Amino acid sequence: MVGVIIASMVGMSIQEESKGMAKPTLLFLWLFTSTGKLFSFVQFIGFFGPLIGIFLGFDSINRERVSRTLSKLASQPIYRDSIINAKFLAGMTTITIVLVGIVLIISGLGIRLIGVVPGSEEVLRLVIYVIISILYISFWLGISILFSVVFRSTATSALASLAIWIFFSFFVGLGAGFMADAVAPISQSGTNVDPNVLVKHEEVQRTVSLMSPMTLYNDATTTILDPTRKTTRGVILMGPLERLSLSRFQNPLPLFQSIIIVAPYLISIIAITFLCFGVCYLVFMRQEIRTV
Amino acid sequence: MEDQIIIEAEELTKRYGTQIAVNNLTLQIQEGEVFGFLGPNGAGKTTTLLMFLGLTEPTSGKVRIVGFDPAREPFRVKEKVGYLPENVGFYDDMDARQNLRFIARLNRIPDKVSAKKIDELLQLVGLFEEATKKVGTYSKGMRQRLGIAEVLIKEPKLIFLDEPTIGLDPDGTNRMLDFIRSLSKEKNITIFFSSHLLDQVEKICDRVGIMIKGNLVAIGPIQELAQKKLGIDKEHYTLEELYMKYFKEA
Repeated sequence: MVGVIIASMVGMSIQEESKGMAKPTLLFLWLFTSTGKLFSFVQFIGFFGPLIGIFLGFDSINRERVSRTLSKLASQPIYRDSIINAKFLAGMTTITIVLVGIVLIISGLGIRLIGVVPGSEEVLRLVIYVIISILYISFWLGISILFSVVFRSTATSALASLAIWIFFSFFVGLGAGFMADAVAPISQSGTNVDPNVLVKHEEVQRTVSLMSPMTLYNDATTTILDPTRKTTRGVILMGPLERLSLSRFQNPLPLFQSIIIVAPYLISIIAITFLCFGVCYLVFMRQEIRTV
Repeated sequence: MEDQIIIEAEELTKRYGTQIAVNNLTLQIQEGEVFGFLGPNGAGKTTTLLMFLGLTEPTSGKVRIVGFDPAREPFRVKEKVGYLPENVGFYDDMDARQNLRFIARLNRIPDKVSAKKIDELLQLVGLFEEATKKVGTYSKGMRQRLGIAEVLIKEPKLIFLDEPTIGLDPDGTNRMLDFIRSLSKEKNITIFFSSHLLDQVEKICDRVGIMIKGNLVAIGPIQELAQKKLGIDKEHYTLEELYMKYFKEA
Protein backbone atom coordinates (compact mmCIF):
# COMPACT_ATOMS: atom_id res chain seq x y z
CA MET A 1 0.00 0.00 0.00
CA VAL A 2 2.81 2.32 0.89
CA GLY A 3 4.26 1.61 -2.52
CA VAL A 4 1.03 2.69 -4.09
CA ILE A 5 1.08 5.91 -2.17
CA ILE A 6 4.68 6.66 -2.98
CA ALA A 7 4.18 5.89 -6.64
CA SER A 8 1.29 8.25 -7.02
CA MET A 9 3.11 10.81 -4.92
CA VAL A 10 6.15 10.83 -7.16
CA GLY A 11 3.95 11.34 -10.17
CA MET A 12 2.30 14.23 -8.40
CA SER A 13 5.36 16.00 -7.21
CA ILE A 14 7.13 15.82 -10.55
CA GLN A 15 4.35 17.51 -12.39
CA GLU A 16 4.03 20.04 -9.62
CA GLU A 17 7.42 21.36 -10.58
CA SER A 18 6.48 21.75 -14.20
CA LYS A 19 3.52 23.96 -13.65
CA GLY A 20 2.99 26.96 -11.54
CA MET A 21 3.08 29.62 -14.17
CA ALA A 22 -0.46 30.88 -14.32
CA LYS A 23 -2.51 30.27 -11.26
CA PRO A 24 -5.76 28.60 -12.17
CA THR A 25 -8.66 28.54 -9.81
CA LEU A 26 -9.15 25.45 -7.70
CA LEU A 27 -5.54 24.54 -8.22
CA PHE A 28 -5.56 22.21 -5.31
CA LEU A 29 -7.78 19.67 -7.04
CA TRP A 30 -5.24 19.42 -9.83
CA LEU A 31 -3.19 17.38 -7.44
CA PHE A 32 -5.61 14.57 -7.98
CA THR A 33 -6.71 14.95 -11.55
CA SER A 34 -3.72 16.05 -13.57
CA THR A 35 -1.72 13.27 -15.10
CA GLY A 36 1.80 13.56 -13.89
CA LYS A 37 4.44 11.40 -15.42
CA LEU A 38 2.22 8.38 -15.78
CA PHE A 39 -1.30 8.79 -14.56
CA SER A 40 -3.35 10.87 -12.19
CA PHE A 41 -4.47 9.69 -8.83
CA VAL A 42 -8.06 9.48 -10.02
CA GLN A 43 -7.11 7.26 -12.94
CA PHE A 44 -4.99 5.20 -10.64
CA ILE A 45 -7.86 4.47 -8.26
CA GLY A 46 -10.25 3.92 -11.15
CA PHE A 47 -7.91 1.34 -12.55
CA PHE A 48 -6.36 -0.34 -9.54
CA GLY A 49 -8.97 0.41 -6.92
CA PRO A 50 -10.94 -2.65 -7.97
CA LEU A 51 -7.89 -4.75 -7.17
CA ILE A 52 -7.94 -3.49 -3.59
CA GLY A 53 -11.57 -4.49 -3.31
CA ILE A 54 -10.98 -7.87 -4.87
CA PHE A 55 -8.03 -8.70 -2.67
CA LEU A 56 -9.96 -7.74 0.42
CA GLY A 57 -12.89 -9.94 -0.41
CA PHE A 58 -12.01 -12.85 -2.62
CA ASP A 59 -11.36 -15.35 0.16
CA SER A 60 -13.66 -13.98 2.81
CA ILE A 61 -16.24 -16.74 2.95
CA ASN A 62 -14.55 -19.68 1.34
CA ARG A 63 -11.47 -19.42 3.48
CA GLU A 64 -13.71 -19.87 6.49
CA ARG A 65 -15.14 -22.84 4.70
CA VAL A 66 -11.77 -24.37 3.87
CA SER A 67 -10.42 -23.91 7.37
CA ARG A 68 -13.71 -25.31 8.67
CA THR A 69 -14.44 -22.36 10.87
CA LEU A 70 -17.63 -21.42 9.07
CA SER A 71 -19.74 -24.17 10.59
CA LYS A 72 -18.37 -23.24 13.96
CA LEU A 73 -19.28 -19.61 13.47
CA ALA A 74 -22.70 -20.55 12.23
CA SER A 75 -23.39 -22.62 15.32
CA GLN A 76 -22.76 -19.66 17.61
CA PRO A 77 -25.70 -17.56 18.73
CA ILE A 78 -25.29 -14.93 16.05
CA TYR A 79 -27.47 -14.31 13.05
CA ARG A 80 -26.13 -15.63 9.85
CA ASP A 81 -26.41 -12.25 8.20
CA SER A 82 -24.00 -10.80 10.70
CA ILE A 83 -21.26 -13.00 9.28
CA ILE A 84 -21.64 -11.58 5.81
CA ASN A 85 -22.39 -8.06 7.06
CA ALA A 86 -19.22 -8.17 9.10
CA LYS A 87 -17.19 -9.29 6.12
CA PHE A 88 -18.55 -6.44 4.06
CA LEU A 89 -18.20 -3.81 6.76
CA ALA A 90 -14.68 -4.89 7.62
CA GLY A 91 -13.72 -4.56 3.97
CA MET A 92 -15.37 -1.17 3.67
CA THR A 93 -13.63 0.07 6.78
CA THR A 94 -10.28 -0.96 5.41
CA ILE A 95 -11.03 0.71 2.10
CA THR A 96 -12.08 3.88 3.88
CA ILE A 97 -8.94 3.99 5.96
CA VAL A 98 -6.74 3.36 2.95
CA LEU A 99 -8.40 5.97 0.76
CA VAL A 100 -8.64 8.65 3.41
CA GLY A 101 -5.03 7.95 4.28
CA ILE A 102 -3.83 8.28 0.72
CA VAL A 103 -5.83 11.42 0.07
CA LEU A 104 -4.54 13.02 3.26
CA ILE A 105 -0.95 12.15 2.43
CA ILE A 106 -1.27 13.56 -1.05
CA SER A 107 -2.96 16.70 0.28
CA GLY A 108 -0.32 17.16 2.93
CA LEU A 109 2.54 16.76 0.54
CA GLY A 110 0.71 18.82 -2.02
CA ILE A 111 0.30 21.73 0.35
CA ARG A 112 4.00 21.63 1.06
CA LEU A 113 4.95 21.34 -2.57
CA ILE A 114 2.70 23.92 -4.18
CA GLY A 115 1.95 26.06 -1.19
CA VAL A 116 -1.75 26.26 -1.96
CA VAL A 117 -4.21 25.67 0.81
CA PRO A 118 -7.51 24.12 -0.25
CA GLY A 119 -10.64 26.17 0.14
CA SER A 120 -13.84 24.81 1.64
CA GLU A 121 -15.31 23.97 -1.74
CA GLU A 122 -12.26 22.00 -2.72
CA VAL A 123 -12.38 20.10 0.53
CA LEU A 124 -16.04 19.33 -0.04
CA ARG A 125 -15.33 18.13 -3.55
CA LEU A 126 -12.57 15.93 -2.21
CA VAL A 127 -14.86 14.46 0.41
CA ILE A 128 -17.44 13.64 -2.25
CA TYR A 129 -14.73 12.14 -4.37
CA VAL A 130 -13.57 9.92 -1.51
CA ILE A 131 -17.13 8.77 -0.86
CA ILE A 132 -17.63 7.86 -4.52
CA SER A 133 -14.33 6.01 -4.50
CA ILE A 134 -15.26 4.06 -1.39
CA LEU A 135 -18.52 3.02 -3.01
CA TYR A 136 -16.76 2.09 -6.21
CA ILE A 137 -14.19 -0.08 -4.50
CA SER A 138 -16.93 -1.54 -2.31
CA PHE A 139 -18.69 -2.65 -5.45
CA TRP A 140 -15.65 -4.73 -6.33
CA LEU A 141 -15.46 -5.94 -2.77
CA GLY A 142 -19.06 -7.08 -3.17
CA ILE A 143 -18.25 -8.87 -6.42
CA SER A 144 -15.37 -10.73 -4.85
CA ILE A 145 -17.36 -11.63 -1.72
CA LEU A 146 -20.10 -12.92 -3.98
CA PHE A 147 -17.63 -15.16 -5.75
CA SER A 148 -16.18 -16.29 -2.47
CA VAL A 149 -19.67 -17.41 -1.47
CA VAL A 150 -20.37 -19.12 -4.76
CA PHE A 151 -17.05 -20.87 -5.33
CA ARG A 152 -15.58 -23.31 -2.89
CA SER A 153 -11.98 -22.68 -3.77
CA THR A 154 -10.22 -19.41 -3.07
CA ALA A 155 -8.21 -19.63 -6.29
CA THR A 156 -11.36 -19.91 -8.39
CA SER A 157 -13.01 -16.96 -6.74
CA ALA A 158 -9.88 -14.82 -7.09
CA LEU A 159 -9.55 -15.66 -10.77
CA ALA A 160 -13.24 -15.13 -11.43
CA SER A 161 -13.17 -11.71 -9.80
CA LEU A 162 -10.06 -10.77 -11.76
CA ALA A 163 -11.69 -11.94 -14.96
CA ILE A 164 -14.71 -9.76 -14.30
CA TRP A 165 -12.44 -6.86 -13.49
CA ILE A 166 -10.48 -7.23 -16.72
CA PHE A 167 -13.64 -7.69 -18.70
CA PHE A 168 -15.30 -4.55 -17.41
CA SER A 169 -12.19 -2.43 -17.32
CA PHE A 170 -10.77 -3.25 -20.74
CA PHE A 171 -13.07 -5.18 -22.96
CA VAL A 172 -16.23 -3.21 -22.44
CA GLY A 173 -14.37 -0.15 -23.61
CA LEU A 174 -13.12 -1.98 -26.68
CA GLY A 175 -16.50 -3.54 -27.28
CA ALA A 176 -18.14 -0.14 -27.10
CA GLY A 177 -15.96 1.01 -29.98
CA PHE A 178 -16.83 -2.01 -32.08
CA MET A 179 -20.51 -1.71 -31.35
CA ALA A 180 -20.49 1.94 -32.28
CA ASP A 181 -18.65 1.24 -35.51
CA ALA A 182 -21.11 -1.46 -36.40
CA VAL A 183 -24.21 0.56 -35.65
CA ALA A 184 -23.10 3.90 -37.00
CA PRO A 185 -19.95 3.56 -39.07
CA ILE A 186 -17.87 6.66 -39.59
CA SER A 187 -15.75 6.55 -42.68
CA GLN A 188 -12.12 7.11 -41.83
CA SER A 189 -11.17 9.06 -44.94
CA GLY A 190 -14.26 11.16 -45.40
CA THR A 191 -13.93 14.73 -44.34
CA ASN A 192 -17.62 15.42 -44.44
CA VAL A 193 -18.93 13.47 -41.57
CA ASP A 194 -22.66 13.52 -41.18
CA PRO A 195 -23.23 15.02 -37.73
CA ASN A 196 -26.20 12.73 -37.12
CA VAL A 197 -24.08 9.66 -37.67
CA LEU A 198 -21.42 11.09 -35.47
CA VAL A 199 -23.90 11.72 -32.69
CA LYS A 200 -25.30 8.24 -33.03
CA HIS A 201 -21.83 6.76 -33.02
CA GLU A 202 -21.01 8.63 -29.88
CA GLU A 203 -24.27 7.68 -28.21
CA VAL A 204 -23.86 3.99 -28.86
CA GLN A 205 -20.31 4.02 -27.67
CA ARG A 206 -21.24 5.81 -24.47
CA THR A 207 -24.20 3.62 -23.75
CA VAL A 208 -22.17 0.47 -24.08
CA SER A 209 -19.21 1.75 -22.17
CA LEU A 210 -21.45 2.82 -19.32
CA MET A 211 -21.88 -0.88 -18.67
CA SER A 212 -18.45 -0.66 -17.14
CA PRO A 213 -18.31 0.52 -13.55
CA MET A 214 -14.93 2.00 -14.36
CA THR A 215 -16.46 4.38 -16.89
CA LEU A 216 -19.15 5.31 -14.42
CA TYR A 217 -16.56 6.02 -11.82
CA ASN A 218 -14.22 7.96 -14.08
CA ASP A 219 -16.99 10.11 -15.45
CA ALA A 220 -18.37 10.83 -12.02
CA THR A 221 -15.11 11.65 -10.34
CA THR A 222 -13.51 13.76 -13.03
CA THR A 223 -16.56 15.97 -13.10
CA ILE A 224 -16.53 16.30 -9.34
CA LEU A 225 -12.85 17.03 -9.13
CA ASP A 226 -12.63 19.22 -12.20
CA PRO A 227 -15.14 22.04 -11.91
CA THR A 228 -14.37 23.36 -15.38
CA ARG A 229 -15.97 20.31 -16.90
CA LYS A 230 -19.60 20.98 -17.48
CA THR A 231 -20.68 17.71 -18.94
CA THR A 232 -19.56 14.13 -18.94
CA ARG A 233 -19.94 13.84 -22.70
CA GLY A 234 -17.01 13.70 -25.08
CA VAL A 235 -18.46 15.22 -28.21
CA ILE A 236 -20.35 18.42 -27.87
CA LEU A 237 -22.09 19.72 -30.90
CA MET A 238 -22.42 23.41 -30.78
CA GLY A 239 -24.57 25.82 -32.63
CA PRO A 240 -23.70 29.50 -32.54
CA LEU A 241 -25.88 30.09 -29.51
CA GLU A 242 -24.27 27.41 -27.47
CA ARG A 243 -20.94 28.72 -28.49
CA LEU A 244 -21.94 32.09 -27.25
CA SER A 245 -23.20 30.82 -23.94
CA LEU A 246 -20.12 28.69 -23.46
CA SER A 247 -17.83 31.63 -24.00
CA ARG A 248 -19.83 33.59 -21.49
CA PHE A 249 -19.64 30.99 -18.79
CA GLN A 250 -16.02 30.14 -18.69
CA ASN A 251 -15.99 30.03 -14.95
CA PRO A 252 -15.92 26.78 -13.07
CA LEU A 253 -19.20 25.22 -12.12
CA PRO A 254 -20.37 25.59 -8.56
CA LEU A 255 -20.24 22.44 -6.52
CA PHE A 256 -23.96 21.88 -6.50
CA GLN A 257 -24.13 21.94 -10.31
CA SER A 258 -21.31 19.43 -10.53
CA ILE A 259 -23.20 17.17 -8.19
CA ILE A 260 -26.30 17.42 -10.35
CA ILE A 261 -24.30 16.37 -13.37
CA VAL A 262 -22.87 13.32 -11.67
CA ALA A 263 -25.98 12.35 -9.73
CA PRO A 264 -27.06 9.62 -12.18
CA TYR A 265 -23.57 8.17 -12.11
CA LEU A 266 -23.48 8.27 -8.38
CA ILE A 267 -26.83 6.58 -8.10
CA SER A 268 -25.78 3.90 -10.56
CA ILE A 269 -22.65 3.16 -8.57
CA ILE A 270 -24.63 2.93 -5.35
CA ALA A 271 -27.22 0.75 -7.07
CA ILE A 272 -24.75 -1.77 -8.45
CA THR A 273 -22.93 -1.90 -5.13
CA PHE A 274 -26.12 -2.69 -3.28
CA LEU A 275 -27.29 -5.07 -5.96
CA CYS A 276 -24.08 -6.97 -5.69
CA PHE A 277 -24.28 -7.14 -1.94
CA GLY A 278 -27.92 -8.16 -2.11
CA VAL A 279 -27.24 -11.07 -4.42
CA CYS A 280 -24.36 -12.12 -2.22
CA TYR A 281 -26.60 -11.98 0.82
CA LEU A 282 -29.31 -14.05 -0.81
CA VAL A 283 -26.93 -16.74 -1.98
CA PHE A 284 -25.23 -16.97 1.37
CA MET A 285 -28.43 -17.14 3.38
CA ARG A 286 -29.73 -19.98 1.30
CA GLN A 287 -26.56 -21.97 1.33
CA GLU A 288 -26.23 -24.94 3.57
CA ILE A 289 -23.25 -24.91 5.84
CA ARG A 290 -21.54 -28.25 6.02
CA THR A 291 -18.23 -29.25 7.32
CA VAL A 292 -17.48 -31.63 4.51
CA MET B 1 -35.08 -32.90 35.86
CA GLU B 2 -34.63 -36.54 34.96
CA ASP B 3 -37.46 -36.84 32.50
CA GLN B 4 -37.03 -33.49 30.82
CA ILE B 5 -36.93 -33.97 27.09
CA ILE B 6 -34.15 -31.98 25.48
CA ILE B 7 -34.29 -33.20 21.90
CA GLU B 8 -37.52 -34.06 20.24
CA ALA B 9 -37.87 -34.89 16.57
CA GLU B 10 -41.09 -35.86 14.88
CA GLU B 11 -41.20 -37.36 11.41
CA LEU B 12 -38.22 -35.32 10.41
CA THR B 13 -37.40 -35.58 6.72
CA LYS B 14 -34.73 -33.98 4.60
CA ARG B 15 -34.58 -34.37 0.84
CA TYR B 16 -31.86 -33.24 -1.49
CA GLY B 17 -33.58 -33.23 -4.86
CA THR B 18 -34.98 -36.71 -5.17
CA GLN B 19 -32.55 -38.21 -2.74
CA ILE B 20 -33.79 -38.70 0.78
CA ALA B 21 -31.08 -38.00 3.32
CA VAL B 22 -33.17 -38.39 6.43
CA ASN B 23 -36.46 -40.20 6.34
CA ASN B 24 -39.18 -39.80 8.96
CA LEU B 25 -36.89 -39.54 11.93
CA THR B 26 -38.67 -39.62 15.25
CA LEU B 27 -36.73 -39.62 18.49
CA GLN B 28 -36.67 -38.21 21.98
CA ILE B 29 -33.68 -37.64 24.16
CA GLN B 30 -33.76 -36.90 27.86
CA GLU B 31 -31.69 -34.37 29.65
CA GLY B 32 -28.39 -35.68 31.00
CA GLU B 33 -28.29 -38.63 28.68
CA VAL B 34 -25.35 -39.75 26.59
CA PHE B 35 -26.89 -40.75 23.32
CA GLY B 36 -24.92 -42.64 20.71
CA PHE B 37 -25.94 -41.96 17.14
CA LEU B 38 -24.65 -44.72 14.93
CA GLY B 39 -24.62 -45.36 11.27
CA PRO B 40 -22.36 -46.00 8.32
CA ASN B 41 -20.83 -43.14 6.39
CA GLY B 42 -23.42 -41.19 4.47
CA ALA B 43 -26.34 -42.47 6.50
CA GLY B 44 -27.57 -38.97 7.23
CA LYS B 45 -26.05 -38.48 10.66
CA THR B 46 -24.45 -35.13 9.92
CA THR B 47 -27.54 -33.93 8.08
CA THR B 48 -29.59 -34.76 11.16
CA LEU B 49 -27.18 -32.78 13.32
CA LEU B 50 -27.38 -29.81 10.97
CA MET B 51 -31.15 -29.86 11.19
CA PHE B 52 -30.98 -30.02 14.97
CA LEU B 53 -28.74 -26.99 14.95
CA GLY B 54 -30.81 -25.01 12.48
CA LEU B 55 -27.97 -24.88 9.99
CA THR B 56 -30.20 -26.50 7.41
CA GLU B 57 -33.95 -26.57 7.15
CA PRO B 58 -35.85 -29.83 7.27
CA THR B 59 -38.05 -30.60 4.27
CA SER B 60 -40.83 -31.64 6.61
CA GLY B 61 -41.36 -32.65 10.18
CA LYS B 62 -40.87 -31.01 13.54
CA VAL B 63 -37.86 -30.56 15.78
CA ARG B 64 -37.58 -29.09 19.21
CA ILE B 65 -34.21 -28.58 20.80
CA VAL B 66 -34.13 -27.38 24.40
CA GLY B 67 -37.74 -26.41 23.81
CA PHE B 68 -37.20 -24.30 20.69
CA ASP B 69 -37.58 -24.88 17.00
CA PRO B 70 -34.11 -24.48 15.48
CA ALA B 71 -35.49 -23.38 12.11
CA ARG B 72 -37.57 -20.62 13.71
CA GLU B 73 -35.50 -19.61 16.68
CA PRO B 74 -31.95 -20.60 15.84
CA PHE B 75 -30.70 -17.98 18.23
CA ARG B 76 -32.23 -19.58 21.30
CA VAL B 77 -31.05 -23.00 20.28
CA LYS B 78 -27.51 -21.93 19.55
CA GLU B 79 -27.20 -20.22 22.91
CA LYS B 80 -27.81 -23.47 24.69
CA VAL B 81 -26.22 -25.94 22.33
CA GLY B 82 -22.58 -26.61 21.59
CA TYR B 83 -21.52 -28.24 18.35
CA LEU B 84 -18.16 -29.84 17.76
CA PRO B 85 -17.97 -30.63 14.07
CA GLU B 86 -15.91 -33.40 12.64
CA ASN B 87 -12.44 -31.90 12.02
CA VAL B 88 -13.04 -28.70 13.85
CA GLY B 89 -11.42 -25.58 12.39
CA PHE B 90 -9.70 -22.72 14.17
CA TYR B 91 -8.17 -19.45 13.20
CA ASP B 92 -4.67 -20.77 12.81
CA ASP B 93 -2.93 -17.45 13.20
CA MET B 94 -4.39 -16.86 16.65
CA ASP B 95 -3.42 -18.68 19.82
CA ALA B 96 -5.72 -20.85 21.88
CA ARG B 97 -6.74 -18.05 24.17
CA GLN B 98 -7.59 -15.68 21.34
CA ASN B 99 -9.66 -18.34 19.63
CA LEU B 100 -11.60 -18.98 22.80
CA ARG B 101 -12.05 -15.29 23.49
CA PHE B 102 -13.44 -14.77 20.02
CA ILE B 103 -16.04 -17.47 20.51
CA ALA B 104 -16.83 -16.11 23.97
CA ARG B 105 -17.44 -12.68 22.46
CA LEU B 106 -19.77 -14.15 19.88
CA ASN B 107 -21.68 -15.58 22.82
CA ARG B 108 -21.79 -12.15 24.44
CA ILE B 109 -19.63 -13.13 27.37
CA PRO B 110 -17.73 -10.05 28.51
CA ASP B 111 -13.95 -10.32 28.33
CA LYS B 112 -13.56 -9.99 32.08
CA VAL B 113 -15.76 -12.99 32.70
CA SER B 114 -14.38 -15.04 29.88
CA ALA B 115 -10.71 -14.50 30.80
CA LYS B 116 -11.10 -16.49 33.97
CA LYS B 117 -13.20 -19.11 32.32
CA ILE B 118 -10.78 -19.55 29.46
CA ASP B 119 -7.98 -20.30 31.90
CA GLU B 120 -10.16 -22.81 33.72
CA LEU B 121 -11.14 -24.53 30.52
CA LEU B 122 -7.58 -24.64 29.23
CA GLN B 123 -6.58 -26.32 32.50
CA LEU B 124 -9.44 -28.71 32.15
CA VAL B 125 -8.51 -29.87 28.66
CA GLY B 126 -4.80 -29.77 29.47
CA LEU B 127 -3.75 -27.02 27.10
CA PHE B 128 -2.78 -24.42 29.66
CA GLU B 129 0.93 -24.68 28.95
CA GLU B 130 0.41 -24.40 25.21
CA ALA B 131 -2.10 -21.57 25.37
CA THR B 132 0.19 -18.96 23.85
CA LYS B 133 1.18 -21.07 20.86
CA LYS B 134 -0.51 -20.43 17.55
CA VAL B 135 -3.24 -22.96 16.91
CA GLY B 136 -1.70 -23.68 13.51
CA THR B 137 1.08 -25.55 15.27
CA TYR B 138 -1.25 -27.76 17.29
CA SER B 139 -1.49 -31.50 16.84
CA LYS B 140 -4.74 -33.18 15.99
CA GLY B 141 -5.39 -34.20 19.58
CA MET B 142 -4.73 -30.72 20.87
CA ARG B 143 -7.07 -29.22 18.32
CA GLN B 144 -9.77 -31.64 19.31
CA ARG B 145 -9.32 -30.75 22.97
CA LEU B 146 -9.38 -27.07 22.16
CA GLY B 147 -12.60 -27.76 20.27
CA ILE B 148 -14.12 -29.19 23.43
CA ALA B 149 -13.02 -26.15 25.41
CA GLU B 150 -14.59 -23.93 22.80
CA VAL B 151 -17.88 -25.79 23.01
CA LEU B 152 -17.88 -25.58 26.79
CA ILE B 153 -17.25 -21.88 26.99
CA LYS B 154 -20.88 -21.03 26.47
CA GLU B 155 -21.94 -23.48 29.17
CA PRO B 156 -24.23 -25.51 26.97
CA LYS B 157 -26.99 -27.81 28.13
CA LEU B 158 -26.52 -30.02 25.15
CA ILE B 159 -23.48 -30.89 23.09
CA PHE B 160 -23.43 -32.40 19.63
CA LEU B 161 -20.24 -34.28 18.94
CA ASP B 162 -19.58 -35.38 15.40
CA GLU B 163 -16.90 -38.07 15.39
CA PRO B 164 -14.93 -36.39 18.17
CA THR B 165 -12.29 -39.10 18.47
CA ILE B 166 -11.50 -39.58 14.82
CA GLY B 167 -7.78 -39.31 14.17
CA LEU B 168 -6.83 -39.45 17.83
CA ASP B 169 -4.34 -41.96 19.23
CA PRO B 170 -5.65 -44.65 21.62
CA ASP B 171 -4.59 -42.76 24.69
CA GLY B 172 -6.11 -39.54 23.43
CA THR B 173 -9.29 -41.37 22.51
CA ASN B 174 -9.64 -42.82 25.98
CA ARG B 175 -9.06 -39.52 27.64
CA MET B 176 -11.57 -37.87 25.36
CA LEU B 177 -14.18 -40.52 26.16
CA ASP B 178 -13.59 -40.24 29.89
CA PHE B 179 -13.90 -36.54 29.59
CA ILE B 180 -17.17 -36.73 27.70
CA ARG B 181 -18.52 -39.17 30.25
CA SER B 182 -17.55 -36.88 33.12
CA LEU B 183 -19.23 -33.91 31.45
CA SER B 184 -22.48 -35.74 31.44
CA LYS B 185 -22.06 -37.04 34.99
CA GLU B 186 -20.79 -33.95 36.69
CA LYS B 187 -22.39 -31.12 34.81
CA ASN B 188 -25.54 -32.88 33.66
CA ILE B 189 -24.82 -31.96 30.07
CA THR B 190 -26.63 -34.00 27.49
CA ILE B 191 -24.28 -35.51 24.94
CA PHE B 192 -25.33 -36.43 21.45
CA PHE B 193 -22.49 -38.55 20.21
CA SER B 194 -22.46 -39.25 16.51
CA SER B 195 -19.99 -41.88 15.46
CA HIS B 196 -19.43 -45.12 13.63
CA LEU B 197 -16.82 -46.39 16.08
CA LEU B 198 -18.88 -48.98 17.87
CA ASP B 199 -16.62 -49.84 20.77
CA GLN B 200 -16.48 -46.20 21.83
CA VAL B 201 -20.20 -45.75 21.65
CA GLU B 202 -20.65 -48.91 23.66
CA LYS B 203 -18.29 -47.62 26.31
CA ILE B 204 -19.95 -44.35 27.07
CA CYS B 205 -23.50 -44.24 25.78
CA ASP B 206 -26.68 -44.86 27.74
CA ARG B 207 -28.79 -45.31 24.68
CA VAL B 208 -28.08 -45.64 21.00
CA GLY B 209 -29.88 -44.97 17.79
CA ILE B 210 -28.88 -46.74 14.62
CA MET B 211 -29.39 -44.94 11.38
CA ILE B 212 -29.02 -46.66 8.05
CA LYS B 213 -29.73 -45.02 4.71
CA GLY B 214 -31.66 -42.22 6.28
CA ASN B 215 -33.87 -44.42 8.40
CA LEU B 216 -33.62 -44.76 12.13
CA VAL B 217 -33.82 -48.56 12.37
CA ALA B 218 -33.39 -48.94 16.10
CA ILE B 219 -33.36 -46.86 19.24
CA GLY B 220 -32.90 -47.80 22.88
CA PRO B 221 -30.38 -49.08 25.43
CA ILE B 222 -27.91 -51.47 23.82
CA GLN B 223 -28.77 -54.58 25.80
CA GLU B 224 -32.46 -54.06 25.36
CA LEU B 225 -32.07 -53.75 21.62
CA ALA B 226 -29.83 -56.78 21.51
CA GLN B 227 -32.26 -58.94 23.35
CA LYS B 228 -35.10 -57.85 21.18
CA LYS B 229 -33.21 -58.39 17.99
CA LEU B 230 -30.97 -61.34 18.68
CA GLY B 231 -32.87 -63.20 21.37
CA ILE B 232 -31.75 -63.95 24.91
CA ASP B 233 -29.51 -66.89 24.21
CA LYS B 234 -26.45 -64.96 25.27
CA GLU B 235 -25.81 -63.05 28.46
CA HIS B 236 -24.11 -60.11 26.79
CA TYR B 237 -24.01 -58.89 23.24
CA THR B 238 -21.54 -56.50 21.86
CA LEU B 239 -22.84 -53.54 19.96
CA GLU B 240 -20.99 -54.75 16.94
CA GLU B 241 -23.01 -57.93 16.65
CA LEU B 242 -26.17 -55.94 16.93
CA TYR B 243 -25.07 -53.32 14.48
CA MET B 244 -24.01 -55.83 11.86
CA LYS B 245 -27.32 -57.57 12.15
CA TYR B 246 -29.17 -54.35 11.43
CA PHE B 247 -26.76 -53.39 8.75
CA LYS B 248 -27.18 -56.63 6.83
CA GLU B 249 -30.93 -56.38 6.98
CA ALA B 250 -31.03 -52.91 5.56
